[in-house]
Amino acid sequence: MRKTLAGIMWAAVAATGAGAFAMLALARGEPVNAAWLLAAALCTYAVGYRFYSRFIAHRVFALDAARETPAERLEDGRDYVPTNRWIVFGHHFAAIAGPGPLVGPTLAAQFGFLPGALWIIVGVVLGGAVQDFVILAASVRRDGRSLGQMARDEIGPVGGVTALLAVLGIMVILIAVLGLVIVNALRASPWGTVTLALTIPIALFLGVYLRWLRPQRVLEATAIGVAMLIGALLAGRWVADQPALATLFTLSASGLAWSLMIYGLAASVLPVWLLLAPRDYLSAFVKIGVVVGLALGVLVVLPPLRMPALTPFIDGTGPVFAGRVFPFVFITIACGAISGFHALIASGTTPKLLAREPDARLIGYGGMLTESLVAVLALIAACALTPGVYFAINAPVTALGATAESAAAAIRGWGFVVTPAELSTLARQVGEHTLLSRTGGAPSLAVGMAYIFSRALGGVSDTAMALWYHFAIMFEALFLLTVLDAGTRVGRFMLQDILKYVWAPLGRVSWYPAVGIASALFVAMWGHFLYQGVTDPLGGINSLWPLFGISNQLLASVALCVGTTIIIKMGKARYAPVTLLPLVWLITVNMTAGWLKIFSPDPRLGFLAHARSVTDAVAAGHLPAGVASAAAAARIVFNDRLDAAVAAFFLVAVIVIVAESAREWVRTLRGRAVRRSTEVPFHPRAAAVGAD
Amino acid sequence: MRSRGRRMVAALRAGGSALRGVCAAVIGVPDYERYVAHLRRHHPDQAPQPRAEFAREQMRRRYDRPGSRCC
Repeated sequence: MRKTLAGIMWAAVAATGAGAFAMLALARGEPVNAAWLLAAALCTYAVGYRFYSRFIAHRVFALDAARETPAERLEDGRDYVPTNRWIVFGHHFAAIAGPGPLVGPTLAAQFGFLPGALWIIVGVVLGGAVQDFVILAASVRRDGRSLGQMARDEIGPVGGVTALLAVLGIMVILIAVLGLVIVNALRASPWGTVTLALTIPIALFLGVYLRWLRPQRVLEATAIGVAMLIGALLAGRWVADQPALATLFTLSASGLAWSLMIYGLAASVLPVWLLLAPRDYLSAFVKIGVVVGLALGVLVVLPPLRMPALTPFIDGTGPVFAGRVFPFVFITIACGAISGFHALIASGTTPKLLAREPDARLIGYGGMLTESLVAVLALIAACALTPGVYFAINAPVTALGATAESAAAAIRGWGFVVTPAELSTLARQVGEHTLLSRTGGAPSLAVGMAYIFSRALGGVSDTAMALWYHFAIMFEALFLLTVLDAGTRVGRFMLQDILKYVWAPLGRVSWYPAVGIASALFVAMWGHFLYQGVTDPLGGINSLWPLFGISNQLLASVALCVGTTIIIKMGKARYAPVTLLPLVWLITVNMTAGWLKIFSPDPRLGFLAHARSVTDAVAAGHLPAGVASAAAAARIVFNDRLDAAVAAFFLVAVIVIVAESAREWVRTLRGRAVRRSTEVPFHPRAAAVGAD
Repeated sequence: MRSRGRRMVAALRAGGSALRGVCAAVIGVPDYERYVAHLRRHHPDQAPQPRAEFAREQMRRRYDRPGSRCC
């Protein structure tokens, strides 16, 4: 009886989800309500969690509550600590959720809401959540070993080195592109700049507070910090209202880029208690608070999606970034659907905290579903804007021109309605001079969030819109800055790990010259790409975001290769398609996108074609639009070739890791290789009940 | 009546401290008490690290490898 009831209930959930998808796909002309998108997502997640993650937990891994976890076996009160699964869930979610799932879906909205929504929802259930879950379960069975170590142990040394280089590469591109997003959000915005700049002394103050004034009172300090952030928000508005001060804090894009590099260098060299840790605590709270707030806001407002299901730009002519819907929607949205970076978290702190093996299902699979929901919310916020406003904010200046009039004309040419007055009114409402060509996704998301928050809390007044807009910008920038500073520090350690083979003392992590050299080198690496993005006449996002997507999916390929190898070595080859199918899909997407980015004859899309077009233009005696001098043109050509080389490196890395893995699979299946899986043998939990 | 009030205050206090514990664990604050308790139970011969040193070292370890933060 109960079984029948449950069956009926799950059938109803599945039917609701399918119905919601039909509404989304078939609606034409009339705006669809966001409720349908939410319903489609939540029903699919529920069915995926209940059935597919259960299948993986029971059939593929046979997760066993009676088996000791590393947290129990190796408990040391420091890293290995058995922890309540909901706390680990929160911890894991706070670690995986970053700006990625906010920015990607916003950019991909140029294709309309449907392609992004389908990829986020289907991709997470069959790909992203599977990857996180499989890697977490594998790492739990291997004393919490990292992805790199597992790649070396299971696939071989070549796989291990490739994974290491891939991680370094992804860090460089990731930090550069996130830096570019910050620059575009704060460029010529004294309010935003002052607010974000003030978060740095706030973090320093909290660091000092926690060290000397009230040691260990982390929550108290964080509460003070949150109050100070609100103060910073108001201070930013005050500065923007004082003409003299406002000019002082109106920074150019390149000025902001240099400031970020200096900040990254400082964060990498300064002790962590002073800057990184307090800032991290602060941003973890703000992050969870805003995500919950955004979910509630969307639920209360349930905005109509004013972006059409599909725009004409699925043919690759879109202004936000170049390329057709296949493969570029799958590259643009990485986080939220499948993000290789999560494999580092799932094999980092999290596996050392699990109290019971089966908790991996909630934390790995469930945690990623939650991040996917964040991506859906971001997509809703972006698509709640009218398409005209969306493209005015997200298209580069080469497509729009510099004035509201030229922008409105260009957007009308694409078939969307917007008036110059609308654009300047909106800019004034949110307290900015202009919102035109603020590429990178953060500002249009902030406008969407400001709209949703102010509607949810009654009435869209100008004051409310402006405060919410800058709150959203501050929140996103805080997010981005946290990745930038912690990432620079991690990158510095990774570089030192490599440099020690050149000269041993360079590997010493507390020797100032070595620390300084490695930090400067790493900052120079991402700084180069950031600066290139800032000065790129095509807007920078167009070249850097796809590179980031490709590198993230490369890491996901590494993770899925490791997962497949482990499943095969467990003697469960018949279940290998669980990770093999998403892997095949990712390889297809990645290879196609990488190939197009390098070799496409379209100068907007292909790096080499763009380099050629600039060279030809200079040879013909005139400079392309947006290029100031012959020297600048030469730099662009150099950067195009560098980008092509980076993309080629990522593609070669995919091929190497897949080939190495496939060789290992064949050897294992043919019985030629000993199944030398590194899984820790089963050890039952000591006298399960009552024992500590 | 009075004891009931006192019980409520005690319950609120316990709830508050539990909530603090959850928040601290979620954002990844090192738990010194737990470390000392573990050492007392399993390695009574070892002297625990002083609190400040423990906190500093845990923090340092958290930021020297990928795996604590994502995009």
